[in-house]
Amino acid sequence: MVVLKILIRNAFRNKLRTTLTIFGVAIAILSFGLLRTVVSAWYAGVDASSATRLITRNAISIIFPLPLSYKDKIRQVEGVKTVSWGNWFGAYYIEEKNFFANFCVEPVSYLELYPEFVLRLDARRAFLNDRKGCIAGRKLAEKFKWKVGDNIPLKGTIYPGTWNFVLRGTYKGRDKTIDETQFFFHWDYLNETLKKTAPGRADQVGFYIIGVSRPDLAADVSTSVDRMFQNSYAETLTETEKAFNLGFVAMTEAILTVIQVVSLVIIIIIMAVVANTMAMTTRERIGDYAIMKTLGFGGREISILILGESLVITLTGCIIGILLTFPVARIFSQELAIIFPVFNISSETLYLDLSAAVVVAFAAALIPTRRAIRIRIAEGLRRVG
Amino acid sequence: MEHKPPIAEIRNLHKSYRRGELIVPVLHDITFDIADGEFLALMGPSGSGKTTLLNLIAGIDKADSGVIRIGGTDITALSETELARWRADHVGFIFQFYNLIPVLKAIENVELPLYLSGLTAKERREHAAMALKLVNLAHRMDHYPRELSGGEQQRVAIARAIVTDPAILVADEPTGDLDRVSAEEILGMMERLNHELAKTIIMVTHDPRAAQRARTLRHLDKGYLNDGRS
Ligand SMILES: Nc1ncnc2c1ncn2[C@@H]1O[C@H](COP(=O)(O)OP(=O)(O)O)[C@@H](O)[C@H]1O
Ligand SMILES: [Mg+2]
Repeated sequence: MVVLKILIRNAFRNKLRTTLTIFGVAIAILSFGLLRTVVSAWYAGVDASSATRLITRNAISIIFPLPLSYKDKIRQVEGVKTVSWGNWFGAYYIEEKNFFANFCVEPVSYLELYPEFVLRLDARRAFLNDRKGCIAGRKLAEKFKWKVGDNIPLKGTIYPGTWNFVLRGTYKGRDKTIDETQFFFHWDYLNETLKKTAPGRADQVGFYIIGVSRPDLAADVSTSVDRMFQNSYAETLTETEKAFNLGFVAMTEAILTVIQVVSLVIIIIIMAVVANTMAMTTRERIGDYAIMKTLGFGGREISILILGESLVITLTGCIIGILLTFPVARIFSQELAIIFPVFNISSETLYLDLSAAVVVAFAAALIPTRRAIRIRIAEGLRRVG
Repeated sequence: MEHKPPIAEIRNLHKSYRRGELIVPVLHDITFDIADGEFLALMGPSGSGKTTLLNLIAGIDKADSGVIRIGGTDITALSETELARWRADHVGFIFQFYNLIPVLKAIENVELPLYLSGLTAKERREHAAMALKLVNLAHRMDHYPRELSGGEQQRVAIARAIVTDPAILVADEPTGDLDRVSAEEILGMMERLNHELAKTIIMVTHDPRAAQRARTLRHLDKGYLNDGRS
């Protein structure tokens, strides 16, 4: 259709203006996409959590421990399949800025509960057989250039001193949403050491991880567990891993809200920019629209001309923005791997990018289209010359 | 053409514009006929309402009252959409500033009205090429308007006006922006269209030389029609 030909050529008639507008849209879409990805990276831990895992912690606060003796009692609760436990270790590697998630766990049950951490069979065996052994996520090992067999000294903060581990394997995430920057080792190693150095802190557990046999049992199991320890000196709070992680994320909810607002503001700003461009272009083309109407073309063709031009500009910008998002996100994910272990551009973000571009195109074309359709032909023709 | 009925009958036409609170009358009780095959020049000082009258006859503006019957159709009774269709079928337009679409080549500009005619792409191209040949611009068909002189652009506009083979051509100051030589050329072309293709031409002008080419002159003064020679 000739209308298509006209609108595409129109879009690139004023090259400087079009280029600048497209550039603006591209930058806006890039920022929008990155901000959305930050938000989803934040939630990635939540999404990855299993619906069949419960976390039991001290009801007062996560920083207070629970007795090791609870493990046998929890095992007896109906619906419980596996019980594992661990402590947040909070150590760093060489320098304090090399901080990452590290904890000790009961290894057999832990690996059973986390099948999403994919570990080779020989590595698994080596890890289980070595009480000083440890496992690191693939990304973490890459970052510090650790090889299997390396001695890894960590400096403790919660548990002072230098702790030496031997890397027995690295795990891979089963899919892209799995955090590949964690580090874990034998709970027994910590406990045995504490028995010698700080007996008062031994036999204490930071959290229990409960595997239930079916997701629908989760609510019942958590109620039973918490009821069991009611009125004991360490009361428990049991919630699904998802709820637990959400609680973690909730602390940063305010920041996430700000990020989301900012990403919307970016879209509104670019809407104003494109609307301005469209207002300028259509004002210049009032004579063209008038002659087309004179020749018998109707409001439909005029709308297609204007909306189409707006779409050409925003979608070109959007595609450039999306293409830029990938390399920039890769740099982000390399630089910020520890803060955002999972930093993937989701297809949802891409759809949001595209929808934002389409909404911007329509919004920007709305008023100019109305004006161009309403203006009387005789009026439009007088604007020429 | 002596006893054919007139192609256009204009009866008691009134038109005024609003300028804010003010209502400015522009045409007062205009009544006249235009014979089929006529070459009419509408003359008058600037602001006398020539363009307004031409727009009404060509169906791109609406009168306040009065009747315009063209080829038997009362175009004042048509809806916006019907009028658009009617224009596409019956009227060719030529303007002072050519009004070509700048992003379309000469041939594409000439083809433009044909998109509403249901012709195939090949037929459109052929018709447009023929119309361009008629105005001696076949060799310029792939040029954009900005690459053409004023006279050439006006010839493209003429080709666009005749490509749908309308019965009536309206021209608003078609030579107003041209040098003498180009103007003569355009006027000669319009004469030929009138003679050889029997187009009825209604031309607004205040150039006496242009008016001389016409067969009939009518004068408009402050919105009143003063009969000149008929
Ligand atoms: N859209 C409009 N609004 C108000 N006044 C108008 C408008 N269009 C034309 N006029 C006025 O109507 C009168 C006739 O205009 P026009 O038909 O263009 O005259 P001409 O073509 O003879 O120069 C002029 O006084 C002009 O200022
Ligand atoms: Mg005029």
